[in-house]
Amino acid sequence: MSLTTADVRKVARLARLAINETEIETARAQLSGIFDLIAEMQAVDTKGIAPMSHAQDLSQRLREDVVSEADQRELFQSIAPQVEAGLYLVPQVIE
Amino acid sequence: MLNSSLRQLGSALRARKISSVELTQLYLDRITALNPALNAFVTTNAETSLAQARRADALLAGGKAQPLTGIPIAQKDIFCAKGWRTTCGSKMLENFIAPYDAHVIEQFNNAGAVNLGKTNMDEFAMGSSNETSHFGAVKNPWDMTRVPGGSSGGTAAAVAARLCAAATGTDTGGSIRQPAALCGISGLKPTYGVVSRYGMIAFASSLDQAGPMARSAEDLALLLNVMAGFDERDSTSLQRDKEDYARELNKQVGGDKPLNGLRIGLPKEFFAAGMGSDVAKAVEAAITAYKKLGATIVDISLPNSRLSVPVYYVLAPAEASSNLSRFDGVRYGYRAPEYADLTEMYEKSRAQGFGAEVKRRIMIGTYVLSHGYYDAYYLQAQKIRRLIAQDFTDAFKQCDVIMGPTAPSTAFKFGEKGDDPVQMYLSDIYTIAVNLAGLPGMSIPCGFGDNAMPVGLQIIGNYFAEAQMLNVAHQFQLATDHHDRAPQNIGLQGS
Repeated sequence: MSLTTADVRKVARLARLAINETEIETARAQLSGIFDLIAEMQAVDTKGIAPMSHAQDLSQRLREDVVSEADQRELFQSIAPQVEAGLYLVPQVIE
Repeated sequence: MLNSSLRQLGSALRARKISSVELTQLYLDRITALNPALNAFVTTNAETSLAQARRADALLAGGKAQPLTGIPIAQKDIFCAKGWRTTCGSKMLENFIAPYDAHVIEQFNNAGAVNLGKTNMDEFAMGSSNETSHFGAVKNPWDMTRVPGGSSGGTAAAVAARLCAAATGTDTGGSIRQPAALCGISGLKPTYGVVSRYGMIAFASSLDQAGPMARSAEDLALLLNVMAGFDERDSTSLQRDKEDYARELNKQVGGDKPLNGLRIGLPKEFFAAGMGSDVAKAVEAAITAYKKLGATIVDISLPNSRLSVPVYYVLAPAEASSNLSRFDGVRYGYRAPEYADLTEMYEKSRAQGFGAEVKRRIMIGTYVLSHGYYDAYYLQAQKIRRLIAQDFTDAFKQCDVIMGPTAPSTAFKFGEKGDDPVQMYLSDIYTIAVNLAGLPGMSIPCGFGDNAMPVGLQIIGNYFAEAQMLNVAHQFQLATDHHDRAPQNIGLQGS
């Protein structure tokens, strides 16, 4: 399968990855190669086969709705790129 | 001391023939001497390790030692360890100091083991050669011009070069078994759900599984005893009774041979075109050795295993694209120095913080999960995943364990797979199906191929058959000495 540069641009935007013009062509060629590899899968008849997401086909456990975590706000904020007055700072998003 | 098993080290520590501080210092000195060339460790912290060793010595003196108390263990840099830099091989986490311990780290701490340092790895565990690490590739101790395999390449090289007593790895598509094979050590990926994923940085959650890497099957059993166990913080952790994985090491079924009655399945698909002739020779010699130990051979087929690589390269990137969306430059990790608005902050932080292979997989995953493609890719892959798993279920009606090569070739040269990601992906052709099925798999050294590089024998067991697989591997290691061989030029002469 051959991807177009428009496909690559769209996917990079969805994935929030900045990509420049030279990278787009390399990415297009490499991703197309990977999709050629994946294409082998398309011909397989899977009618009536249930999808498998977990080897043991487990269902999710439930727990009591109680507080299980201690407050570690300062510790967690100590590794943040930018904080002020106990808040994480990002560029303004609301006018 | 450097060639001692974990059991021997434990005995020496408990008998006070050596202290944990002395043993830890011995390994730290070896890391100082050899790591500049090998690049197996990305972080060491001598003070923290020695403090842990002193606490272990107190436990040993007080007669409160467990089997691994005082033994220096290296941790793959994918496990969060409180106060330790935890990078996952990425610029994204270059300065990330983990604020908590992974379950695996807690388990080793509770066992009194010493954290010797964090081992290098492919970025976010995506790679088969360690060449994707932000911190530079690990060298294979058997030949510094060759790759150690990946993604747990730092661990594999550290164990092979005797820079630690043993270490941990993780395996999403072969990341324990393939580097173990390429570096001539033993490695075990347990049944999915046996070891908690809590605090282990996620790649593809439905496939990721941690496991031990060491110089022998006996060592693996002692390590798995510590690593395994239910943990409510991992939603896929399995609630099972605690097992002693060493219980069957010396089990004998009866008769005059240790593995009498063992049925070994050989999948014809694993012995077809694609495997190097030197690898084939070593694997066939191992099968012959198993026959001498009493095993019988059964020819089996895994007809859908040929689809493993395409299925994996839909499922793993899809899950990775979701898991790695958390790296947005807001709460932790890398943030780009310049940006105009929030979207640009995300896009630049991620573009600069992730390496090329990680970005490639995020884009594949984003594409296959995007609107209109879900059924054709992700759902179709999950359906074929069931067919692949069913092949194994059918095979295990005829045999007890499955054997074959771990990797199609021995360790290749740096840069050999070039710029074609697909060539690299095919390194995991024999290991990926095991992750898709959720089965336990291991690799043990079984000889040497061209250029005197190690070859790995893969042993695949049924669900929860780890103790039996360790028995099968241990009996082979009692009868052979491949696992005792050490690389030249790692300073063992005269020790």
